[in-house]
Amino acid sequence: MSDSTPSAAPAAEPGAPSAVTSVAAPRPSIVELCLTFAGVSISSFGGVLAWARRMLVENKGWMTAEEFNDLLALCQFLPGPNIVNLCAVFGNRMRGIPGALACLVGLLGPSVVLMIAAGTIYRRFGALPALHGVLSGLAAAAAGVIIAAAVKMAEPLARVRLGPEHAVALTTFVAVGVLRLSLPLVLLVIVPVSIAFAWRRADEK
Amino acid sequence: MRSDPATLTALFLQFAVLSLFAIGGGGSAVPEMQRQTVEIAQSLTDRQFSELFAIAQALPGPNIMFVALLGHFIAGVPGAAVATVAMCGPSCVLACAVSQVVERFRKARWRIAIQAGLVPVTIGLIAASALIIARGADRDWAGLAITATTFAVAYWSRVSPLVAFACAALLGLVGFV
Repeated sequence: MSDSTPSAAPAAEPGAPSAVTSVAAPRPSIVELCLTFAGVSISSFGGVLAWARRMLVENKGWMTAEEFNDLLALCQFLPGPNIVNLCAVFGNRMRGIPGALACLVGLLGPSVVLMIAAGTIYRRFGALPALHGVLSGLAAAAAGVIIAAAVKMAEPLARVRLGPEHAVALTTFVAVGVLRLSLPLVLLVIVPVSIAFAWRRADEK
Repeated sequence: MRSDPATLTALFLQFAVLSLFAIGGGGSAVPEMQRQTVEIAQSLTDRQFSELFAIAQALPGPNIMFVALLGHFIAGVPGAAVATVAMCGPSCVLACAVSQVVERFRKARWRIAIQAGLVPVTIGLIAASALIIARGADRDWAGLAITATTFAVAYWSRVSPLVAFACAALLGLVGFV
């Protein structure tokens, strides 16, 4: 799998330990990958990231903390669900495409089954008074959690001088959240503008 | 609940597009999911959307699996599978295809500019998600009180949000909301 190891190890001789495995435990098998991510999936109450980090870095030793952070940064940079992308890229680096699929099946499979079960209960009993109240409470709590996430993300903006990034964040919020414009449409306009500002700012530094 | 080929195809295309437009993570796509399923298709209500979102957050597994719940509500078991594959497939293929190239140019100016440029857009999108979930969830003062309390716990303390979920569910069970 030398073609799917990170480029951090250029001109590695055939058979030389790759950047991924040099400091880590032996390369896991397909079955092990799938089972590991299935374990992460069903135990990860309250967000998968912390569980995945603990499993891959601390318990299994398949990655170093730095490798995990680099991979996470990469997946946050790319579009799509971060943790799912991370799982696919990790699987791909370990065992190629079958490895990526094994990790995805492990991470998503148990969760799909769980969601179908929850969805069935919701459809059948969601309107019952007792469950209705529980759902109202849950929804109100979920709103609080996501507002907190939004505020935490926005904090760095509060610490810098008012500039184009504030305008970009506000415009995106209004266009998507208030005016309810199409997301792809909004992004096709605002993302190039925002990147252009960031490019110019890099000039000033 | 309809799981005919036309519904499933539409579902697949919607989420496959969102997979590649969800910048910064899956949460960024919530406003567009709501717009497509509640406002345009009217497959479910505002309130149902927020409730399904909350159920997905309270259960283990990746938060993006909200799409499986949404897909199930709209088109049954095939809908859950289609929504999951569509939301995760395109971005995973892209991530595996370009991860090495992007990693190689980690210090390149274009990559730094793109990364920095996406940050404020992501902030705007998560704020929009928060607004939409709150609008569907908070129907009365009791709901607002729970939202405010959960916000305080999630923002200022290191207590797991699951504790807040459990308390809120209990309050709902005894008829507070």
